[in-house]
Amino acid sequence: MKLKNNTAKHLLTGGLLSAGLVLAGNAQALTVISFGGASGDAMQEAYYTPFAQKAGITLTPGDYNGEFARIRAMVETGNVSWDVVEVESPELARGCFEGLFEPIDWELLGIQDDLIPAAIHECGVGTFVWSTVLAYDADRLSRAPESWADFWNVEEFPGKRGLRRGAKYTLEFALMADGVAADDVYDVLATAEGVDRAFAKLDELQPHIQWWEAGAQPPQWLVAGDVVMSSAYNGRIAAAQEEGRNLEINWTGSLYDLDYWAIVQGSSHVETAYDFIRFSSQPDTQAQYSSRIPYGPVNPAAIAELSEKQAARMPTADANLEGAIAVNTDFWVDYGEELEQRFNAWASQ
Amino acid sequence: MTSIAATQTAAGTQPVTGLKAQLRRAERLKKIKAMLLVAPLALFLIIAFVLPISSMLWRSIDNTEVSQVMPQTATLIQQWDGSGLPDEAVFAAFAAELRDSRSGGGLGRIGRRLNYEDPTFRSLLTRTLRGLPASTELSWTEELISIDPRWNDTATWQAIQRTAPLTTDRYLLASLDLERNAEGQIVKVAENQQLYIQVFKRTLIIAGGVTLICLFLGFPLAYLLATLPTSTSNLLLICVLLPFWTSLLVRTAAWIVLLQSGGLVNAGLMWTGLIDSPIQLVFNRIGVFFAMVHVLLPFMILPLYSVMKGVSPSYQRAAVSLGAHPFAAFWQVYVPQTLSGIAAGTILVFIMALGYYITPALVGGPSDQMVSYYVAYYTNTTNNWGMAAALGALLLIVTLLLYMVYHKLVNQKQLVRS
Amino acid sequence: MSLQPYASPIERIWFWVFRVFCGLILVFLMIPVLVIIPLSFSDSSFLTYPIQGFSLRWYEQIFSAGPWMDSLKNSLIVAPLATLLAMIFGTLAAVGLNRADFPGKGLILALLISPMVVPLVIVAVGMYFFFANLGLLNSYTGLVIAHAVLGVPFVVITVNATLQGFDYNQMRAGASLGASPLRVFFTVVLPQIIPGVASGGLFAFATSFDEVVVALFIASPTERTLPIQMFSGIRENISPAIAAMATILILMSVVLLLVMELLRRRSEKMRSHS
Repeated sequence: MKLKNNTAKHLLTGGLLSAGLVLAGNAQALTVISFGGASGDAMQEAYYTPFAQKAGITLTPGDYNGEFARIRAMVETGNVSWDVVEVESPELARGCFEGLFEPIDWELLGIQDDLIPAAIHECGVGTFVWSTVLAYDADRLSRAPESWADFWNVEEFPGKRGLRRGAKYTLEFALMADGVAADDVYDVLATAEGVDRAFAKLDELQPHIQWWEAGAQPPQWLVAGDVVMSSAYNGRIAAAQEEGRNLEINWTGSLYDLDYWAIVQGSSHVETAYDFIRFSSQPDTQAQYSSRIPYGPVNPAAIAELSEKQAARMPTADANLEGAIAVNTDFWVDYGEELEQRFNAWASQ
Repeated sequence: MTSIAATQTAAGTQPVTGLKAQLRRAERLKKIKAMLLVAPLALFLIIAFVLPISSMLWRSIDNTEVSQVMPQTATLIQQWDGSGLPDEAVFAAFAAELRDSRSGGGLGRIGRRLNYEDPTFRSLLTRTLRGLPASTELSWTEELISIDPRWNDTATWQAIQRTAPLTTDRYLLASLDLERNAEGQIVKVAENQQLYIQVFKRTLIIAGGVTLICLFLGFPLAYLLATLPTSTSNLLLICVLLPFWTSLLVRTAAWIVLLQSGGLVNAGLMWTGLIDSPIQLVFNRIGVFFAMVHVLLPFMILPLYSVMKGVSPSYQRAAVSLGAHPFAAFWQVYVPQTLSGIAAGTILVFIMALGYYITPALVGGPSDQMVSYYVAYYTNTTNNWGMAAALGALLLIVTLLLYMVYHKLVNQKQLVRS
Repeated sequence: MSLQPYASPIERIWFWVFRVFCGLILVFLMIPVLVIIPLSFSDSSFLTYPIQGFSLRWYEQIFSAGPWMDSLKNSLIVAPLATLLAMIFGTLAAVGLNRADFPGKGLILALLISPMVVPLVIVAVGMYFFFANLGLLNSYTGLVIAHAVLGVPFVVITVNATLQGFDYNQMRAGASLGASPLRVFFTVVLPQIIPGVASGGLFAFATSFDEVVVALFIASPTERTLPIQMFSGIRENISPAIAAMATILILMSVVLLLVMELLRRRSEKMRSHS
């Protein structure tokens, strides 16, 4: 009888405990927004699932296409439903200045010395290095395109081209195609003539362009035969290559940058967000992520855990950095919205 | 009722008025009961539907950004006569309120609003805020001008002055490709910035084209369905109703798969030798037409079918037997009897097509986007809520006008075949 | 319509041209629904023909715990509640509209139907800001209310149509036999209009289950519904998992269609009896 009672007691406490855990788990729900796609899948496996298990919380993943305005609207209307969000560097700088992101307490986070310097920002923590490259279907081109000038050469390479629907990472390529040296691109683009020149170059190619918005579209279109070449995130192309598709990458004239984790101002889970960011910056989790999609880790210790073949596909590999330029964050902070507006009016005509 | 009244008349006048009053009261009670039954839904829709939309429409003239984030500056600068520079009080209020604007997204709001006046305003604010000291030994006028000489321009302050009143007509004007010049007259915007008239035209063209194609395809099919024996037509009707009940997203995805370069349509055309290399059928206007016609065709067929079901074939037969050519009989006798169905289907399809967003967004290119896309774009991508509301207001007006016509023409029952 | 034995050659040609034309339209209507099904069994992660290998991995993917099941769960929470709300409000209103004429009836009817014609994006933006102020943004409640608004017109229309043939003397008879108005409604009226209520409910359910624009604006990732998942899937990770979910949705629409047909038969039978 006593024993039975005890068992009942144990069962009861156990039940209460687990019920409490479930409740606590619900209270501790963290919403993490990424750019989705192949990268989001890799994050799910490398970061989200293990973190949710380790911390005993519910992690709600979501994705967006970098619509910065959604974050603004959330903060301004006081309806913050995103906690941690993956942002590109110009948006991070702009949002940080406008007070849309929580400033990062680097001492509290305590991982400052583990990361590359570029990953450290007032309002964000770098999480990977990506690159926008010229990708093409090797089966359908007579020779490998070597530059953005080749991308614009519709006579030698007939067929549609994919470009990102936006000014960012499109105007740079247009200028390079027009003969501007990679290092001078942002200087030229900062002048009114330079902008006109970039748009004039886009005018030339316009009838052959198919615009993409989501990173998953270029590989899909290359595989389906909608386009013969496209600007694309290198990681998405690698995912298609692994499926045995003969897609190739030309790294010359590619643009690389970091994506950052930022915490939305007014998030009610800042502490959990810190835990998440800390967790996703460890060498082993970073290596897990980078082995699933070839974006460069920000924790240098992670590179040691990658195979040579994997390391060679990273934007950060020496061979790939040749002829590549870094995205100029300051430029896009200053000119971004103006150029995006002009681009939008131009593209809708 | 008359017979009751007649029998009562014999019994004298007093009970008649009493009964009349009773009847009237009963009638009134019935009306009140009926209204009470409708009230919950009417109230629900007013709160959850009419109010949200009206408050959105308000945003098309709303100009409260600057007066909310910088109340003092806004009040003071409205007293300025617009020549030279405002006085030190304005500069001081502006400096103080700019410093406080960083919290709660205030800086973003005013930066965005002022950027509509001059696209370099945000960077000016940003630069100024970076260099702004907590206190100054000089006057704030000198301090601001030393940070950026543009604070010495009359035009800079005029721009701020324009954003100070509580309402503005700039968004409604802008959605018609109009603006106010420096003198306050309404003029057309520069040619390379004109966009929305074209977008409205495009919206009407796409909606009109889709409607015509739907009529062209829907009329014969509805005719066939209405004239076949019921057992056969019920079977064929499934081919209309199944896509009708299938998720819009499923169908849109299917069209992308079908129409892409390596898709079945291109493969088929190449196999028959009509083309040698794939042609672009999706992410352009063609794709938009295919997908939209597919989604909206049942909305044309069903009202046509229900009207045609009620048309007796004997008139047409009579005309033929009287010597009319079968085509003439069809055109002059049958078609006029289906006009109410044609009107119902056409207006319904046109109204629905006007507001399309998801399908063109998924299967169209940048030059195939309709008004709805720009409403969503301004809300979600640039936070230009005034523009979103102004475009939305115009779209809503067009839609409601058509809806009134439709409401006059058609019995609501025909909308839904149950 | 059938071909008369005495038809002229031109009429014969016309007859067949017409039939082939109609056949092609039917193919046009059906082909997107059919073409997506085989792709769900493809083993490649790209939605393209020809299919290279057969696999059930995409069904495994959508049926294992993850975003697909979460979004399905969310839709199954929101859609029934929105439908219920729409059915209650809509049925009451339709009965009221049919009981008596009162001033402004036409205007009210137009109001009740208007959610069906106002462009969704306008509804979405309006609710987005309005709900933000009420704290209903990013909540199931907000989503249920929004979808109920969109579903209401269907219920009003179908119930209204069913009531056209309804004989109000039955209500009087019920009342004269001593039944309370509520009892009359549940025992006399409701059983007769139930096919209309149910088919309106089906429309409302299908609307909520397929609604993406409003949900995109007012739902957070926690309330992510199935159409949002489909939408971002089509835009982002274009994978055959979408085809797999599409196949399931097509099966669901077959079921909806069959139920609808049953209801139609039932209401026709009822009408011929009365």
